[in-house]
Amino acid sequence: MPRSGPEVSTTVPDDRAPADPGGGADGVVVRNLSVCVAATGAAVVERVSFSIPAGATLGLVGESGCGKSTLAVALLGLARRGLRISSGSVRIDGLDMLALGERQRRGRRGSLVSYVPQDPEASLNPVHRVGSQLREALAVHSEGNIDTRLQELLAEVGLADSQRLLRSYPHQLSGGQQQRIVIAMAFACRPRLIVLDEPATGLDVSTQRRLLETVQRLAQDHGCSALYVSHDLSTVAQLARATAVMYAGRIVELSASEPLFEHPRHPYTEALLAGVPSPDEPRRLSGTEGEPPGPGAWRAGCAFAPRCTRVTAECRAAVPALERLERSVVRCLHPLPVAPTRRRNERLVGPLASESPSGSGLIVRELCAGYGPVPVLHAVSLDVAPGGCTALVGESGSGKTTLARCVAGLHSRWQGEMLLGGQPLKPSPRARSTEQLRSIQYIFQNPFGSLNPTMTVAENIEEPLRHFERLSATARRARALEALELAHLGVEFADSSPVRLSGGERQRAAVARALVVHPDVLICDEITSALDVSAQALLIERLRELQLERGLAMLFITHNIALVRSLAQRVVVIREGSVVESGPAEQVLGHPRHPYTQQLLRDVPRLAVAAPGGP
Amino acid sequence: MPDQHGSTAPGRVRGGRLARAIRRALRTRRGRIGLALTLLVVAVAFIGPLIPGPSPTALRTLPFAAPGHGHGLFGSDDLGRDVLARVLHGGRRLLLLALASTVLAIGLGAVAGVVAAYRGGWVDALVMRLVDVLLGVPQLVFVLVLVSMVGPAVWLVILGVGLSHAPQVARVARAAAQDVTERDYVRAVAAWGVPARTVIRRHVLPSLVTPLMVEFGLKLSFAIILIAGLSFLGLGTQLPNPDWGVMINENRVGMSSNPWAVLAPAILLALLALGVNTLADAVARANLPAAVAEDAAMQLLATESPVTDPGEPDAEVWA
Repeated sequence: MPRSGPEVSTTVPDDRAPADPGGGADGVVVRNLSVCVAATGAAVVERVSFSIPAGATLGLVGESGCGKSTLAVALLGLARRGLRISSGSVRIDGLDMLALGERQRRGRRGSLVSYVPQDPEASLNPVHRVGSQLREALAVHSEGNIDTRLQELLAEVGLADSQRLLRSYPHQLSGGQQQRIVIAMAFACRPRLIVLDEPATGLDVSTQRRLLETVQRLAQDHGCSALYVSHDLSTVAQLARATAVMYAGRIVELSASEPLFEHPRHPYTEALLAGVPSPDEPRRLSGTEGEPPGPGAWRAGCAFAPRCTRVTAECRAAVPALERLERSVVRCLHPLPVAPTRRRNERLVGPLASESPSGSGLIVRELCAGYGPVPVLHAVSLDVAPGGCTALVGESGSGKTTLARCVAGLHSRWQGEMLLGGQPLKPSPRARSTEQLRSIQYIFQNPFGSLNPTMTVAENIEEPLRHFERLSATARRARALEALELAHLGVEFADSSPVRLSGGERQRAAVARALVVHPDVLICDEITSALDVSAQALLIERLRELQLERGLAMLFITHNIALVRSLAQRVVVIREGSVVESGPAEQVLGHPRHPYTQQLLRDVPRLAVAAPGGP
Repeated sequence: MPDQHGSTAPGRVRGGRLARAIRRALRTRRGRIGLALTLLVVAVAFIGPLIPGPSPTALRTLPFAAPGHGHGLFGSDDLGRDVLARVLHGGRRLLLLALASTVLAIGLGAVAGVVAAYRGGWVDALVMRLVDVLLGVPQLVFVLVLVSMVGPAVWLVILGVGLSHAPQVARVARAAAQDVTERDYVRAVAAWGVPARTVIRRHVLPSLVTPLMVEFGLKLSFAIILIAGLSFLGLGTQLPNPDWGVMINENRVGMSSNPWAVLAPAILLALLALGVNTLADAVARANLPAAVAEDAAMQLLATESPVTDPGEPDAEVWA
């Protein structure tokens, strides 16, 4: 994806630079913006300053819980319930949003600043047709012929101006189309600043790429500043000219994107980058334990100190100031030196794990499945060898989760053949032997729904043991603690409620629950899609180790083709319920033959900042 | 939240879900008021019979004597019996009956509703249509028919009141359980081949504690009113035993000479209904998902941020 057109990679003219925060300069200037908890005054976002020239895009990255979204909505003069904007200014073309009264501010939203949320479905009214919602957005803020403007607008966001589209209700559109409608509404009144809060999360890579290209083109064409908030560093690298890294409510590094992604200076930035998988070659991922401290739990000193590898006593004494270092500003006492070459994770060489000869393991042949009369899978075949990992890659709606559910016995309406260790697997769990039920374990996509919140973590892990084995309470507990250690979740979590765990910790608890009965096949259904890169890296590394240590066979289902590169020996690409390409990972990802696989690999965002002028 | 995972585990769980739900409710003012009112009436009903005083059935003075002048704190009733003594003795049986029938109603209703939700299909249809039929019969009429056929036996009153309330509980339980049975943790257990009754007992029912507790509070006050009403109609407690419902009936003709013979039991019944419902309401509000999250967040925010930061240099990163 071209990060920017050729004209934008040139230097911003001086008269557009945000030299004078008080003047009438173009663009957005944020000064000392703080947001706090209204009840206690504890800071959530603290003294954030940055500027975005007209037509430029600033990326904002960080883990979940670091204050990104709070900062994003604060630019509109809004704060979530319980929070309050305590100080600072947000000047858009010289006008301070925060100094306006609420009524005036409301009038400016849409025409001065607009917002694109992560979930387009939540921001469209489900009972009105999209045409009337678009007209409403135009009518509220602008004059002139609405129908002409509507046509322009649809053309701008790349949607056909068809009556069929305008007469549709939001649920009749795809996620990508919905998000385009929301973006059209956001650009309807030519705002000077557009705030995009994870707009492409949950979309398929190809849709995501086209959508981000549209946003970038619109921002450039209309000289509109954009703040692009995302936890996906690769898309930020592709889209944003400069990037701010946030941790615990403060900016820790701010720099043009190229140096930031090539030579991170703050240890946190480096840690984030080390977790990002590469679609081009298998690399070891490295994650950082822990999570950002919540509001009110900030210690004195650098908030990242407890997780930092370069920490010294001074770091814990006082918060380091943002200091200028060549082309970046960094909040660190011990910034990383600029390395001659870009730091990369260790490359994995040779086979990732040794696959045993096939014949045992899981074999699926000619599987057809559907919901009611609707067919979802058409004659899908795949093998998972013992000690091997087979990745099933496809976009949402391609049927990959249905396949996993058929294997796990959660979906019983299928025809075809399934063999586990040479024995046929029946569709219904009741028709399967206890041994078969034990040897296939399933890990769900959503870590927040897969553990029983009324039990402690250890009780959750003991639950399959109660069913599959007759053990004393002490022996069961010992096995649960052992499984916790296997999943690299400390035993101190054993008696916590799963509600208190972060997403990554919960997902590791789910892994422990699957491992406690010593399964032969582990089915991982999009298990990292709700996790930050760091938590994802820790989980993937742990699964790879387990695969080696225990000869575990894994069926790894994902839409993230880059992730597959670091884990799988075999890859099956599935589209609309049919396999389009399958084979060894090296072959499918290195030399894709099917046009669909080639397109997937082309569209997947890469961490490397696109060269000026496009690839 | 600890930022050093080695030191302390985050949020160790104390007590069961039930205890936690009540503890959360008692942190609110609404919950404390509800509990205080409920305890007050329960104390009168259960400690009352232990307090030495005149017999509740002895004829001591003129009918409907006004309070004071040696006629007791609340005067006397239609037969010249001491109102205070009858109030102190007349609540225990009523409360025990109400409690037993509410437990029955919640038990039956919860099992029916949860089984219907978990099984789905024809089981669901059968159970819920049966519930619809029962809901069509007015509760008081249902109990009256039962009691007038067999006679005012204690077990029959409990059964009648319990059965007449169970259908409503079943509806609430089914709606709540449908959401829970869709959760991944229930599906995961089902995929191991665990029998349905074990899944329901261990994984579905514990998640329904909050809605069922709220139902319990509501149904308890309904049951008290229903049973008092039965006594009022002469189908509950048998004379001359004291009972708050019976007292209101017996003494309404003498309201002008001694209103306390009616007011004292009526106020106690009203306070109990008020207290139980306030408490149930507090439990419901304090255990809404948003409230639970806020509760957790407020505990996190107990300590204030000590951090201050000077202004920052402008980052001229765009050139």
